[in-house]
Amino acid sequence: MAKHKKFEVWTVISILMLAIFLLFMVYPMFGLLKQSVISPDGRFTFEQFGKFFSRSNYTVTILNSAKSTISVTLLSLALGIPFAYFYCFYRLKGSKLLFVVSILCCMSAPFIGAYSWIMLLGRGGVITAFMKNTFGINIGSIYGLKGILLVQSLKFFPLVFIYMNGAFKNIDNTLMEASANMGCTGVSRLFKIVMALSMPTILAAALMVFMQAFADFGTPMLLGEGFQTFPVLIYNQYLGENGQDYNFAATLAVIAVVVTAVAFFIQKWGTSKFKFSMNALHPVEKKPAKGLAGFLMHLYCYLLVAIAFMPQLYIIYLSFRKSSGAIFTEGYSLGNYQAAMRKLLMRSIKNTVFMGVVALAIIIVIAVLIAYLVVRRSNVINNGLDTIAMLPYIMPGAVIGLALLIAFGKQPFALTGTLTIMILSLVIRRLPYTIRSATATLMQISLSIEEASISLGASKMKTFVKVTIPMMANGILSGAILSWVAIITEISSSIILYNNKSITLTLSTYMAIVRGNYGMAAAFAAITTVVTIASLLLYLAVSKSEDVQL
Amino acid sequence: MSVEIVIKNALKKYGENVIIPDLSLDIRPGEFFTLLGPSGCGKTTLLRMIAGFNSIEGGDFYFGDKRINDLDPAKRNIGMVFQNYAIFPHMTVRKNVEFGLKNKKLPKDQIKSRTDEFMKLMQISDYSDRMPERLSGGQQQRVALARALCIEPDVLLMDEPLSNLDAKLRVEMRTVIKNIQHDVGITCVYVTHDQEEAMAVSDRIAVMNAGVIQHVGTPKSIYQRPANIFVATFIGRTNVLNGSVTVEDGKAVLNLCGYSAPLPTVAPEHMKGQDVVVSVRPEELLLNRDPNVPGIKAVVKDAVFLGLNTHYFVKLSTGEDAEIIQESSIEDTLAPGAEISLGVNTDKVNVFLADGSANILTGVKNDLKA
Repeated sequence: MAKHKKFEVWTVISILMLAIFLLFMVYPMFGLLKQSVISPDGRFTFEQFGKFFSRSNYTVTILNSAKSTISVTLLSLALGIPFAYFYCFYRLKGSKLLFVVSILCCMSAPFIGAYSWIMLLGRGGVITAFMKNTFGINIGSIYGLKGILLVQSLKFFPLVFIYMNGAFKNIDNTLMEASANMGCTGVSRLFKIVMALSMPTILAAALMVFMQAFADFGTPMLLGEGFQTFPVLIYNQYLGENGQDYNFAATLAVIAVVVTAVAFFIQKWGTSKFKFSMNALHPVEKKPAKGLAGFLMHLYCYLLVAIAFMPQLYIIYLSFRKSSGAIFTEGYSLGNYQAAMRKLLMRSIKNTVFMGVVALAIIIVIAVLIAYLVVRRSNVINNGLDTIAMLPYIMPGAVIGLALLIAFGKQPFALTGTLTIMILSLVIRRLPYTIRSATATLMQISLSIEEASISLGASKMKTFVKVTIPMMANGILSGAILSWVAIITEISSSIILYNNKSITLTLSTYMAIVRGNYGMAAAFAAITTVVTIASLLLYLAVSKSEDVQL
Repeated sequence: MSVEIVIKNALKKYGENVIIPDLSLDIRPGEFFTLLGPSGCGKTTLLRMIAGFNSIEGGDFYFGDKRINDLDPAKRNIGMVFQNYAIFPHMTVRKNVEFGLKNKKLPKDQIKSRTDEFMKLMQISDYSDRMPERLSGGQQQRVALARALCIEPDVLLMDEPLSNLDAKLRVEMRTVIKNIQHDVGITCVYVTHDQEEAMAVSDRIAVMNAGVIQHVGTPKSIYQRPANIFVATFIGRTNVLNGSVTVEDGKAVLNLCGYSAPLPTVAPEHMKGQDVVVSVRPEELLLNRDPNVPGIKAVVKDAVFLGLNTHYFVKLSTGEDAEIIQESSIEDTLAPGAEISLGVNTDKVNVFLADGSANILTGVKNDLKA
């Protein structure tokens, strides 16, 4: 007897998703690839790749990016792993505070940190001036590689901490005891057991830092000066002083994707060497942090978090200072906010909130549907959808911005400068993360619960709406708030796609900084920071746990 | 209302991998029927085919006169209890129980009265507004049962419902399940790999191995007259010994390890001299402390005193190992090395063809359709 495969609504959804993905993801990526091998006069050529590799002022950006990204990754691991270790294995005072502030640090818009550090340590920065006037010490320049390393590693070490926190908590105490039983304790146990067990997570954290640091556009733009990195080069080619060159920018974008793809596969290959899973029945009991060692642990953790968080506080403080142009003067006022009001503050807020909400709604709907298709209706098409949806994970924001611009900048899809194209880029950029967390949530839901619902007479759709979605709700909600934060702090793709009508808070901040309007920039940055902090505190209240899924 | 379940020539394949080659079964109305077998024997697969969660590659499934092969699982009117209970974690106990009734679009007052009735029956009324995470395993089990039963299903399907409970609760809940099923009078198909649990609850048991039903019968008949050597070894403990049957003056004699005894219960069609395998349960070996009494000669290897009974592990003169259960006596337990003689309770032992495929005694009741 033949199989009776009934036609079901999920088949329709699957086909619909495929159509959407082909139009909004595959088509732009293909367009980008095409553009990269087409000369401005329309010939097929590899000249542009030749142009890139033959000129040292281009190739040096790759080296610069590699140098800064790899250094940042290592620095973040070096700062974050001990921090996570102290946090997870010792009873630190105020550990909740450390945790919350770390999250606040790593989710802030990176270029705001860069801007704040310029205000503190740059030419004419307060600390620079203080050191010079009081002690006659010249602390040197923070521009160039040094500054990028400072800002990025302070932003990304909390990311490492959050990852490692998850891994350390999954180490079963009996493993620690078994190790001690066989005579392996202290530092030797730390490396042979704790670190070895956490290796997959260390690699995952390293990749995450690498991707974000490599794609970061704002920090090197503000701090790099002579030290040009790859995303900055792409942006300059697209909108530089030397005029636009879409084709060469596309070529650069393809090279950038190759770099991140290589990093991605190296990480995958590395992780495949550590195939084990852990789930602690008896989590490690925290030891009291006493004596000199305890003091040093507290000092390390609090100092690190304080330095990382200082820029955000300083920006809020600065926003209330009187200013004129690039100079902050004595006294306090709301003048910066008034200036910001005149400069599209309301439109920026409105656009940010509107695009955030719409993008988030689309992301959640697509992510839930894809997760269901992948987990419960696994087949070639649906697994293909999953793979396509993951592609943006290895694409820096500038690349996605450029791809959308090429695909939808001309008829029949003239979307340039509209809110639609901005929302599109936000959805594409954030989708991989939300799909990951939705898929993970759904995998934990036993299939028999859905079967129970069906055996009780509920239809498949009713089961999905009444049973599956409510059970996924918690995981989706906490993931959604993090996506929300990522969306409102986004800059690297929207800077390529925006115009005056679709300006956002981060773009307004960035423009004010670039134009040297430091007081107004502080006001914009402060508003962005406060919205971010408020959203994250909401997230922590909702998720109630420390298992942050980034 | 209770219905008969008829399965004709069921076939289940995953790709080219055949799980159930050709299975036919009648489950009587109102019966507590258990599918019993080692893990991987296809019993859960069969249950899920009845429920509609597994595709059916061949054969026909009927509830009464109604063929259900292509019926949507939601419309089969079955109650199902899962191994992990599958309680909806985001709904209160009451919401869980009334979920199925709401899907039937019953009037509100009827939903309430029916929900109350079954919560009372399962003694969970006190927890009606609790969330499932605040219930113990046993309580969750009761919710799952109430939820499955209150839609008044035609059949109740249970997939190892007790395997997640601790030993004491398992014994308690199986009595609860048995009594409720008896009170409601519903046809019930129960899957387990625990033969003691199967014996305790079932009207009839189907013993399965490798996708094939070996024996269908009452607990008593499958224990005392198993259809083949697999059933004999899977149900309860047994010693499998090699022997032979000889016919002298039209009467059968069992020869076992140099000991012979008349075997009056051989079925007429098997009445001939042949090699056999014999299943002797530990309590069917009769221990004699005097080694000179005629019987199977053996040496005690180990003894375990368990209160009511004492278990002896012995080596027979043929080199085979055997286990004996004896009611504990006031005398000293035999020490390792003690020489003994063993009698055999020939009324109870089972004798199979040399390949183990069939029992050659009379009194085997196997409802399996040949």
